Amino acid sequence: MDKPVRKPDSPLGSAGQGVAHESAAKHVSGEAIYIDDMRAPLGTLHAYVGLSDMAHGVVSGMSLAAVRNAPGVVDVITRDDVPGIIDIGPVFPGDPLMVGVGDTVEFHGQVLFAVAATNYAAARRAARLAKIEYTPLPACLSIEDGLAAQSFVRPAHYQRRGDAGGALSKADHRLQGELQIGGQEQMYLEGQASLCVPEEDGGMLVYSSTQNPTEGQKLVAEVLGVDLHQVTVDTRRMGGAFGGKETHANQWACLAAILARRSGRAVKLRLARADDMRATGKRHHFLSRYDVGFDDQGRIQALDLMLAGGCGMSPDLSDAIVDRAMFHSDNAYYLPDVAVAGHRVKTHTVSNTAFRGFGGPQGMVAIEDIIDAIARERGLDPLDVRKTNLYSAAAGRNTTHYGQEIEQEVLPLLIDRLETTSDYRARRQTIRDFNASNPVLRRGLALTPVKFGISFTVQHLNQAGALIHVYTDGSIQLNHGGTEMGQGLYTKVAQVVAEELQVDIAHIRCTSTRTDKVPNTSPTAASSGSDINGMAALAAARKIRKRLTDFACEHFAVSKESVQFSPNRVTVDHRVFSFAEFVNLAYHHRISLSATGFYRTPKIHYDRETATGRPFYYFANGAAVSEVLVDTLTGEYRVERVDICHDVGNSLNPAIDIGQIEGGFIQGMGWLTSEELAWDDNGRLTTVGPATYKIPAIGDTPPQFNVELLPDSPNAEATIFRSKAVGEPPLMLAISVWSAIRDAVSSLADYRVHPKLDTPATPERVLMACEALRQASR
Amino acid sequence: MIRFLHQEREVAIEDLAADTTILDYLREHRGLTGTKEGCASGDCGACTVVIAKASDDGLQYSPVNACIAPLGSIHGTQLISVEDLKDGAAWHPVQRAMIECHASQCGFCTPGFVMSMFALYHSHRTCEREDILEALGGNLCRCTGYRPIIDAAEQALGDVQVDKFSRRAQATLDQLRALLDTESETAALESAHSHYFRPRDAAQVAELLQQYPDARLVAGGTDLFLENTQSLTPLPVLIDLSAATELHSIDCDADAIRLGAAVTHRACQQAVLSDYPELAELIERFGSLQIRSQGTVAGNIANASPIGDWPPVLLALGGAIALQSNAGVREIPLDDFFLDYRKTALQAGEFIATVILPRRKGSLFLRAYKISKRFEDDISSVCAVFALTLDGDRITQARVAFGGMAAIPRRAPALESALTDVELSSVDMDELAAAIAQDFQPIDDARATANYRLTVAARLLTRLQQEYIGKAATRAHPLGANQAGASAHG
Repeated sequence: MDKPVRKPDSPLGSAGQGVAHESAAKHVSGEAIYIDDMRAPLGTLHAYVGLSDMAHGVVSGMSLAAVRNAPGVVDVITRDDVPGIIDIGPVFPGDPLMVGVGDTVEFHGQVLFAVAATNYAAARRAARLAKIEYTPLPACLSIEDGLAAQSFVRPAHYQRRGDAGGALSKADHRLQGELQIGGQEQMYLEGQASLCVPEEDGGMLVYSSTQNPTEGQKLVAEVLGVDLHQVTVDTRRMGGAFGGKETHANQWACLAAILARRSGRAVKLRLARADDMRATGKRHHFLSRYDVGFDDQGRIQALDLMLAGGCGMSPDLSDAIVDRAMFHSDNAYYLPDVAVAGHRVKTHTVSNTAFRGFGGPQGMVAIEDIIDAIARERGLDPLDVRKTNLYSAAAGRNTTHYGQEIEQEVLPLLIDRLETTSDYRARRQTIRDFNASNPVLRRGLALTPVKFGISFTVQHLNQAGALIHVYTDGSIQLNHGGTEMGQGLYTKVAQVVAEELQVDIAHIRCTSTRTDKVPNTSPTAASSGSDINGMAALAAARKIRKRLTDFACEHFAVSKESVQFSPNRVTVDHRVFSFAEFVNLAYHHRISLSATGFYRTPKIHYDRETATGRPFYYFANGAAVSEVLVDTLTGEYRVERVDICHDVGNSLNPAIDIGQIEGGFIQGMGWLTSEELAWDDNGRLTTVGPATYKIPAIGDTPPQFNVELLPDSPNAEATIFRSKAVGEPPLMLAISVWSAIRDAVSSLADYRVHPKLDTPATPERVLMACEALRQASR
Repeated sequence: MIRFLHQEREVAIEDLAADTTILDYLREHRGLTGTKEGCASGDCGACTVVIAKASDDGLQYSPVNACIAPLGSIHGTQLISVEDLKDGAAWHPVQRAMIECHASQCGFCTPGFVMSMFALYHSHRTCEREDILEALGGNLCRCTGYRPIIDAAEQALGDVQVDKFSRRAQATLDQLRALLDTESETAALESAHSHYFRPRDAAQVAELLQQYPDARLVAGGTDLFLENTQSLTPLPVLIDLSAATELHSIDCDADAIRLGAAVTHRACQQAVLSDYPELAELIERFGSLQIRSQGTVAGNIANASPIGDWPPVLLALGGAIALQSNAGVREIPLDDFFLDYRKTALQAGEFIATVILPRRKGSLFLRAYKISKRFEDDISSVCAVFALTLDGDRITQARVAFGGMAAIPRRAPALESALTDVELSSVDMDELAAAIAQDFQPIDDARATANYRLTVAARLLTRLQQEYIGKAATRAHPLGANQAGASAHG
């Protein structure tokens, strides 16, 4: 599966083959160009930003003389220097490009001004010389405080089915609980960066490390006060993004663009790591509170669930993120009578934003905590409680709490398969025996499923465009609206074109994502990249193939059936042409060899008034079994073995898909274990670099890490070659690690007490959970 | 002037600022952008380059974090960055393995991984999975989850071939030795108001310190250079200890192991572990391989951080330091060195010349515990070192030191006295634990709360006793389990 294998009668690198990432060779040689590596034009200036050091207060004075007089400084701008609009909120207002005198700062690290200098160090040093005066205001720093103050960035949303309150009062058993779910820093290795080059006619060429070139184009145009056609955004690749460059890349491009317009010189703005972590948004932390009713077998009878997302100071994408948490608060389980409330809490912290999973993980953690609590209360294996609660068409339990039917019932069989391949039951017994004879070291085991809805829940974003040029030597340039952040999108879309035009992938070159090639694009997000851009590219390739076929029919006076595309060949009756010969022939007969393609996802709709609909085209599914070893004296632990079975439909590229699954899993594991964000009492982030913010390192890779793509599982929906999206869903497989840790801890009280273990489950929290259970069982 | 080899050519540089890093040199001055800046603090490894040095055993390849390594420190070495690995059109085996194993996604961390793997490729060792994890523990990848990277390393290192570097080894050695022979001036980098000095011996260091009272001493730069990259403090005058041959010495006599100020964590590993094998895990978990290859034991003491891992070891083992200045050398116990948060007994014109670790004596029961959020490359929430002298089962002398529990690393007098004259196998450790709260009032910070620090410190007493009694594997970390199992009592 690792090596690219030419399928019989397929071009090398066509759909389904595990070909290498299109940039792999450039990655290992250092030749792949990121924004800061570009050969910048002569005279390029370096910009930097001045950040607030107060969480909430009115800016009463801003003395920038020392900044202006610092060595190398060419220009300094404040809010008053913005030619166009000042608010760059992507969906709703609330995100000022810069906060000026008389305005209110709303988080520690908010941009107050920007400076351009002749070199990077000079710009950074100058930016620290400002003297800012504030009139402090009380800061709201926690979800609880925000809830108490009824401080929200957007109105709450509610999803209800049946009568949760009534059913709860009639339930056989009932539990209430609360969980704090921590946020997460994206920690892309390449920090935020953009390079703006002024062009003639007031134009601006913006190189930006962004998941959303079109939004960058729109906002740069708006802050400059020009039309969209005067701005071009170019994104070749990002050194990681994970949602952190969906909206939070815009500000740096806008600031650099204003400085470039004023100076007439190219301007680069790159955030240093600590400032990147302070000034840009993270995954939302959440507070969940529940009241659940269930029967003797642990079958949920009713659920009243409150999810409150900590949004930070502005709406940004929080409405959709809290919605997605609500959409995933069922995970894979049928909830008969249910009420889900989703609050968007405002705090005076950086505005939280997209991060792989987009609220879905938080909703799933909330329900998986509830499932484990039920299992402990009933003295059942949590896996049995999970299976009891799975959606099931046969039982008439296959409609979500927002009214979408589960049409593809993948999970019951997938879980059975994984239970067998991972040897779950035998290992469960071995672990119980081990724990019975080990007072200090305890093992834990958990199998958790993932059902993740695929589509943007904002309907209009579910569209994509592509552009294909075939040149007369048969080589092909491919362009589409999706951006490459390492996920292998360019590779997969090229495979789609290789398949459709029957050419080796080596003949296809993906060019950088540019707003002047494919316009009006959606962010590369919501796992949608290959689904929508692959389909758009397929549509474009089909147009060209049809033109070539029509040409062959006319030119050689044959029927369509006589024209065959085979690997790197076009056959017309008995005549065999190389692909290059044939397109050259077509060119000389004035056939257009360039085409655009467009796609929009069918079937989806959601009515916010009734909180029902079909927000998702389909669901991606998977499950993981994790085994951990916990040191109950210190709270330290190791993940010893992980088994995953994941449903990617018909894989476009198994090597890339496995990479997404493993990488997503480890990233999710980091979120739930070692990655802890900390703020001081003044709302200042204290974890501002990898020295204090600990993402998983290589030694955290489970020594046994078995990943299987669910075989023979084509998507029932007509997606690109019947594949399924894979970007986000695997992240949530890591919930099994957190669940396994709690399984180990619960052994301290003979599996009858559900340990309260907020996330991230740092050694500290695990030790405190152990201590609590030891107390409880004394 | 400094001279070094880069891309097989000799490079001579004189007029760059003293605080120029290797990364600045490559990216800004040479336009070689393959080496990336991920954090500029030595914590992510994206900037990893390899420095080859001439040694008696041939060329020694060390991975280095270019973002915090002073350019002045590479005089007489070969600088190798990711652009240099290909042999004509042919991939280096580590690059080829990375491609074939699908070990890159976004690619930003990839050059750093390639270089760490390249250093391991030239380590002349057989590589088990543990060696690979150790070698790559200082490189963060946010995309892959590491499995394919481990596969790539196993593939490349499973079949080490002669590469262009080993083919040229003799020529490179000759070039490097010639470069070292030419070194004569103390001033290595000189520009307006900026000096990087490479004194040849300790006396010259003292001389320069006298002459430039505001100069900063640098050896590995792993802590000092954060002032440059994070606090943006210029470092106009630097005195590099690593050029002084005598400061690299590791001398063992009947009384002590003496480590010169320029001895890196990695260089002293063997000498320290031969007397104190119980420290293996702590040393292995000290920073990353890059940091251990650059940073020094003396530097870890001199920066007086409350969370350094060497001070608790040396405090518990009764270590001392020799402070040198133009006025001479004085030796003080480490107990007397740390005065207050980041404040030491070091006087103007003085520097740590030698770190002195007593030889192992008597019936010692030694344990060093490091508690951190992440096993690898993390800073201790709590570091605890217990050095107990035993007479049979009875503790006759207890020296216990902690890091992360106070404004300075220091011993725990109340706990030491509680531990003295008790039977180690039977004393009620829960009762003794109360002494920890007498000794320390730790703080809450980003790493841990005060409550956790106190609780875990108490539980480590239980661990100590259990390991003494010989209750097998009590640790969650495989390394810890091996180490605890392998080392004898006493």
